[in-house]
Amino acid sequence: MTTDTISPQHAAARRVTDIAVRTEGLVKAFGDNRAVDGIDLVVPTGQIFGVLGPNGAGKTTMLRMLATLLRIDSGYAEIFGVDVARSPHVVRQLVGVTGQYASVDENLTAIENLWMFGRLQGLSSTRARKTADVLLGQFGLEEAANRPISQFSGGMRRRLDLAASLITRPPLIFLDEPTTGLDPRTRGQMWDTIRDLVSDGCTVLLTTQYLDEADQLADRIAVIDRGQKVAEGTSDELKSSVGNSTLQLDLLDPANLSVASDVVRRLLQEEPVLTPESGRINVPLNQADQAADVLIALRTAEVSVASVSVRKPSLDEVFMALTGHGTDSTDDQTEQNDEVAR
Amino acid sequence: MTTLSIEKAAATRPDVVAETKPHVSVRETLSQTMTLAWRATKKMRRNPEQLFDVVIQPLLFTAMFAYIFGGAISGDVESYLPLMIPGILAQTVLTACVATGVQLREDMDKGVFDRFKSLPIARIAPLAGPMMADLIRYTIATVLTFAVGVAIGYRPGGGFLGVVAAGLLLILCGWSMAWIFTWVGTIGRSATGVQGISLMIMFPLTFLSNAFVPSDTMPGWLEAFVKVNPVSQVVSAARDLANNGDVTMHVVYALIGCAVVIGIFAPLAVRSFRKRM
Repeated sequence: MTTDTISPQHAAARRVTDIAVRTEGLVKAFGDNRAVDGIDLVVPTGQIFGVLGPNGAGKTTMLRMLATLLRIDSGYAEIFGVDVARSPHVVRQLVGVTGQYASVDENLTAIENLWMFGRLQGLSSTRARKTADVLLGQFGLEEAANRPISQFSGGMRRRLDLAASLITRPPLIFLDEPTTGLDPRTRGQMWDTIRDLVSDGCTVLLTTQYLDEADQLADRIAVIDRGQKVAEGTSDELKSSVGNSTLQLDLLDPANLSVASDVVRRLLQEEPVLTPESGRINVPLNQADQAADVLIALRTAEVSVASVSVRKPSLDEVFMALTGHGTDSTDDQTEQNDEVAR
Repeated sequence: MTTLSIEKAAATRPDVVAETKPHVSVRETLSQTMTLAWRATKKMRRNPEQLFDVVIQPLLFTAMFAYIFGGAISGDVESYLPLMIPGILAQTVLTACVATGVQLREDMDKGVFDRFKSLPIARIAPLAGPMMADLIRYTIATVLTFAVGVAIGYRPGGGFLGVVAAGLLLILCGWSMAWIFTWVGTIGRSATGVQGISLMIMFPLTFLSNAFVPSDTMPGWLEAFVKVNPVSQVVSAARDLANNGDVTMHVVYALIGCAVVIGIFAPLAVRSFRKRM
């Protein structure tokens, strides 16, 4: 597999440096539970690299190890070639971390928070103040500058949190579930902000449990389940790994489901995924024109179809195929793609 | 999976690494400590209830102990005060130290501590910063205790300078002892747990000393412990300074005791704080 979708700015960044994060057999165990169980990862610079997995898959634990917040039990990790376990102080200068829960001080105002983090990282009082002003402007928080954080909305906190990670312009940013719990509009704003970071030359390693988020943002995606990496590639590569396209049939009468699924199975030699309540059948297709064969066979079997669509598989299906179980996400955004008949 | 060669990455180490520093300097450590002390004072200002203990305890306990124990121990309240005021001062400051550890424990559970840990700052700064700010608490406690003492009839023979010297000594000792409770704060699992352990350390330290009762009234084995208890040295030193204006050997022993406490517990605290991550 190759990383063939590289935009110009990515290519420029790639020339200067090459690998931002590399791990080999990374392990973290809490008692008997191996939260991270031997993960190998290579994150090229100048990209958004997505770590996708359900709750409890070990995404946050992995990120915390890379950010020197958790001890690495076994295996090896390096950031820009620097050993994380041996030189944590150097690694901390290279990485900005934005946690799953806002890691800003509730007792301080927004500007006080940014000023403090600037001072802690060696900026003079005036520089820290100026940087704080610039960042608040950049993240649309000027008006809230002197308000205590306790009055901030979830989206404002996330933005402030991200701003706090950018004070010293670190070359690598870790984002742990940056949009979990945000409303769709704020989520879109956050996505734009993340894309801007990369166009400024940053590398972003983000974790997410949202398939569409990984799909929209990440240049490469590693799928993690139960502490192990089950797949890696671009969004398209992952999708094509479960078949080129998917045929979705909605039956007029759900009672015909077993007849219809027998027809599909016999014709395509594939096991269809059934949704009995709505009389829906999903099945992977090797070639899109096989859909016509299925429709003819169903007509012959006297099964009426309410709607038919052929589309690329969603990451949901990818996830299902890779892990044998679904995610908590109920998003089904690709549904409207490539409709054949309705 | 990927076409990038790892060997190439090792050969051309990117510039971003060249700009980093290998260690935190002493000056940076001090600056970071003061920044975090600033944060702690802001927090105190916005949560004034954090100061209740150092305000209420001197007002309540000084008067209470004087009137309850005064007659029994020294015949009357006024002749008990020179013995008791330095003692209650030591107890008040030690109680304030316990709160230092408990508040640190509470703070460590918050998200902002994750950020402190992820920043390239000295590991001692998040511990020492709040402790510097707590000097304010110890000062409030000291001033109020002396004030209440004077109000109920304490006339320190050491004069103003003696009292100031005793006060400074106690504040310094409070800061030193706070390292014990900071260490407890870094090993405890919860704030309530830290509080429990700390009180178990604090009560024997204050009551098994000469803080409230002359040690020669105690059984021999107890007297032996009381004499080596650093709190006894601190209390004796404070009495010598406040009541007589004398800089005695007790002052020297008290200072040595403080240095020993810092020397043992500061490294322990930093080590266990580092380990927690």
